[in-house]
Amino acid sequence: MLMHTTIANDVLLDVQNLETHFYGDESITRALGGISFQVKRGETLGVVGESGCGKSVTALSILRLLPKLTAKTVGGEIRFHGRDLLKLSEREMRGIRGNRIAMIFQEPMTSLNPVYTVGHQIAEAVQIHTKATKSEAMAKAQELLRLVRISDPERRVNNYPHEMSGGMRQRAMIAMALACSPELLIADEPTTALDVTIQAQILRLVVELKERTGTAVMFITHDLGVVAETCQRVIVMYAGRIVEQASVVDLFARPSHPYTQGLMRSVPDRRRGRQRRLPEIPGIVPSLREPIVGCSFAPRCPFAIDICREKTPILRDVVPGHGAACWRAEEVMGA
Amino acid sequence: MAAYILRRMVSAIAVMAMVGMFVFLLLRLAPGDPAAIIAGKSATAEMIAGIREKLGLNDPMPIQFIRWVRDMLGGDFGTSIFAGRPVLELIGQRLEPTLSLSMLTMIVSVTVGVSFGIVAAWRAGGLVDRMLSAFAALGFSVPVFVIGFFAIYWFAINLHWLPVQGYQPIGQGIGPWFDHLILPTLALSLGYIAFIARITRASMLEVLSEDYMRTAAAKGASSYAMLFHHALKNAGVPILTVVGLCFAYLISGVVITETVFNVPGIGRLTVDAINNRDYPIIQGVLILASGMYVLVNLAVDLGYTLIDPRIRY
Amino acid sequence: MTLLSAPVETVPIGRQRLSDLPRLAKRHPLVFIGGGLLTLLIVLALAAPLYAGDPLNMDPFKRLQPPSPEMWFGSDNLGRDVFARTMFGTRISLMVGLISAAYAAVGGLLIGILAGYSRAFDSVAMRVMDGLMSIPTILLAIALISLTGPGIGILIVAIAIPELPGVARLVRSVVLGVRERPYVEAAVCGGARLPKVLWRHILPSTIPPLMVQGANVCASAILTEAALSFLGVGVPPEIPSWGNMIASSRLYLAIAPLTIFAPGICLAVTVLAVNLLGDGLRDLFDPRAKRRR
Repeated sequence: MLMHTTIANDVLLDVQNLETHFYGDESITRALGGISFQVKRGETLGVVGESGCGKSVTALSILRLLPKLTAKTVGGEIRFHGRDLLKLSEREMRGIRGNRIAMIFQEPMTSLNPVYTVGHQIAEAVQIHTKATKSEAMAKAQELLRLVRISDPERRVNNYPHEMSGGMRQRAMIAMALACSPELLIADEPTTALDVTIQAQILRLVVELKERTGTAVMFITHDLGVVAETCQRVIVMYAGRIVEQASVVDLFARPSHPYTQGLMRSVPDRRRGRQRRLPEIPGIVPSLREPIVGCSFAPRCPFAIDICREKTPILRDVVPGHGAACWRAEEVMGA
Repeated sequence: MAAYILRRMVSAIAVMAMVGMFVFLLLRLAPGDPAAIIAGKSATAEMIAGIREKLGLNDPMPIQFIRWVRDMLGGDFGTSIFAGRPVLELIGQRLEPTLSLSMLTMIVSVTVGVSFGIVAAWRAGGLVDRMLSAFAALGFSVPVFVIGFFAIYWFAINLHWLPVQGYQPIGQGIGPWFDHLILPTLALSLGYIAFIARITRASMLEVLSEDYMRTAAAKGASSYAMLFHHALKNAGVPILTVVGLCFAYLISGVVITETVFNVPGIGRLTVDAINNRDYPIIQGVLILASGMYVLVNLAVDLGYTLIDPRIRY
Repeated sequence: MTLLSAPVETVPIGRQRLSDLPRLAKRHPLVFIGGGLLTLLIVLALAAPLYAGDPLNMDPFKRLQPPSPEMWFGSDNLGRDVFARTMFGTRISLMVGLISAAYAAVGGLLIGILAGYSRAFDSVAMRVMDGLMSIPTILLAIALISLTGPGIGILIVAIAIPELPGVARLVRSVVLGVRERPYVEAAVCGGARLPKVLWRHILPSTIPPLMVQGANVCASAILTEAALSFLGVGVPPEIPSWGNMIASSRLYLAIAPLTIFAPGICLAVTVLAVNLLGDGLRDLFDPRAKRRR
C-alpha cells in the first residue's frame, strides 16, 4: 500500500471500476463489468483478449466516444492526471481528445475522411488545439508525415486517402494522432487490417516513436506476439473483465489465469515444431446480456471447481505486481 | 475529363434530338391539318393553302424536321398563332416573374431543406426528426395548389398580411415584388423542402456512422465541425442529385403556382397556349424545359467531381 | 441521377395467419394505416350513390350556401352539393390513379424486363426513356392531351407515360441484378432457356419493388390528375373531380372556402394514404431500409 502511494505521481491514467453498458431494443449488454487498471507515464500497456471482450469499448469509454444513443458508461472513474474524465464537460473533453489523449483506429481504409487531403486532416488536428495558422499547420503536417516515414511528404500532404496504400494511411493516422504530442496514445488494433510485412513496419514505427516522444501507449490487440514485442505490462481481458495483469516477462513466464494459458497455447510456436493442430479453448464466450453468476470463464475452464460457479473471483495479487482473477490462481500458476 | 464532358455533350444532344422529334411530331400528329390549326377557325381554303406553302408543309417530313431544327438553332422558335408574335419574344416577356419565383423557391428549398435534414440526422429519433417525418408525409401528399389556396385564405384573406395574388416587377421596388412572391414561394417550396430534407437526413445519417467521423471526434473536433465540415461534404452527392432533380422539374410546379396566384409568367403562358391550342408556344416551352433539364443534369454530374475527389471521369 | 430507382432487396415473407394480424400491425403500422385508409376511401367512393346526394343537380336559388343539415359542406357557385361532389370525386381520383399506375407498372415491367434481357433493345429503350424523363411530367402530359383535347382515356395514358421511365429503370436494374445471382446462373447452366428463366426466377423478384414503385406512381398519378384538371386540361369539366371543383370555385375562396378545402383535403388524405402504404410496403420488403431512415 505504501509502495502504491509513492508511485502514484507516476500514474497518468487511473481507471477504477469502469462499467459500460450497451442498450439494445430489448436487452442490456454489460460490455464492461467494472474494470480497474493504470497506465504509467511513458510505459506501453498491452490490452489483450478475443474480439468482443471489451478492449475497444474500454478505449472508447476513456475518450467518451461511444455512440450516445446506444451506449453509456454507468459507473466508475477515469482519472487522467487526477481529474475524472467522466465528470468533464463535453467542451473540456474536446480539449483532451487529440491533444493529450490521442487514438489510432483499426481500419486505416475507412478511418480517414475521403473528401479531404491527408495533409488537411492532420493540419486540422493541429489547428483545433493550437493557435497555428493554416499554413503553419500544413507545414507541421508535412513534418509529421516525415516523422512517420512517409517518403516524399511534400507531395503526399496533398494526396487524398484513396491515393494511398493501407500502410501509408495508417502512418498518416499515426501522424494525425501525434500532431499535438499527446501524453497517452491509444492504439486500437492498429495493424490488424494490414498485410503481415506492413504490420511489422507499423509496429516498429510505433515502438520507435514512443521512445522518441516519451508518450505512454495503450496497445490494444488480440495478438500475444505483438504484446511480447511492444509492451512492458499487459492486461488480459475476458467477457468485460480483467482476468490477469502482469509485466510482460512475468505473464509469459508464469501465466496465472487459465484463460491466459489457453490463449498462449493457441499461438503457433515455431519452437514446438510441426503440430497436428493448434489447441483451442473449448466452449464459447458467454453472452453479456444476462448477469453472470460466478467466474465468467468457469464453463470453459479445466480448473473449475464449485466455488468458481458460485462466486465471482476478484483481481488479486498472486505475487507482488502480478494479479489474476481466479480462485485457483496459485495452482494454475504452478501448473 | 475533357473526354467525359465531350461524351456527355454527345448524349445530351442525343436526348435533345429525341425530345425534338417528339415535339415536332406533336404538331404533325395533332388531329387535322396543322395549317388549318395555325390558320385558325375562320380561315378560308386559300389562306390555309398559303400557310401550307409558307411553312413548307408540302415537303417531306425529314426535310421539314431539319428545317425546323435549323430555325430553332438560329433562335427562331416559330410564331405564336394566337398573338402573332415570335415565340421566343413572348417567352422572354414572361421570363422575369418565372425566374423570380424559381430562384426564390430554390434558395428557400435548399437552405431550409438541407438544414432541416442535417438537424434531423444529428438528433435522429428526436423532436426535430419526428417533426420532419410528419412534415415530409404532408409535403409529399398535399398538392401545390391546395397549399396555395390555404395560404391565400389564411394569410391574405383572413389576416390581410400579404397580397392575394398577382405580381409586381422588381423594377417597381423590391418591397412589393417580394410581398407578392412570399405566398407563391411558400406554396411551391414545401414539397421540395420535404424532398431535400428527407434525402439530406438519410445521407447524413449514413455518413455519421462512418469510421472517419469517429476519427474526427477523436481529434477533438466540435459538433459543428463534425456536421458541417466532415459529414456534409461526404453526404453531398445525393443532396446535389436531388437538388438537381428539383431544379429540373421546377417548371411543373411553376405552371400550377402561377395559375393559383395569377402570376403572369411562363407557366401561365403555357396554360393559355394549351387552351388556345397555340402549338408553337407549347413546342417552344417543351424544348426549353427539356434543354434546362439536360443542362442541369450535366452541371450536377460535373458538380460531383467538386464534392468528391474519388469521382473522376 | 438514378437515385430513386435503387434496387430493393427482397425478403421472403412466410405464410401468415389471421391471428398474427395484431403483431403484424404493430410491426408494420404504415401498411395498416395506409391500407385501411385506402380501403375506407374505396368503400366511400363505391357507396357514394347510397348516401350522398346528386352531385350534378344545380339549384340557382341555393348558390354558395354555408354548410347545413341538407348540404353538409354547403353548395358551390351553381348551387350544387359540395359534399356529394367531393364524395363522387373520390371515384374519379382513385380510378384515374389506379388505372394509370397499372398501365405504367405493366408497361414499365415489359420494357424493363426486355431491356434487362436484350442488350440491343436496352440501348434504344433507355435512350427513349432518357428523352421522356427530360420532359417535366406535367408538361409532357399537357402536350399529349393537347393532341386530342380533354378526355378520361387520353388523360390516363398521358399520366401513365411520364411514369414509364421510372418503373422501367427500376425493373431493369432488378433484372440485371438478379441475372448475376448464383441461382439464375445455375438454372442457365442447367440448360434452362433464358425466357423460361426470366419467367420463373426473375419475374418474381421484380414484384416486391414493383409494388412499392406502383404505390409511388399511384400517388403521383392522383396528384397529376388533380393538377391537370385544375389547369383545365384533365377530366372534362362536367365530371365532378377534385381538380375541377377547385378550379371552378377558385373565385369564391373568400365566400365559400369549403368549396375548395373539402376536395383539397380529401385529395391530400388520399395521396397520404397511398404514400403511407408505399412506405410501409418498402419497410416490409426491405427491413434494412427502415433502419436507415
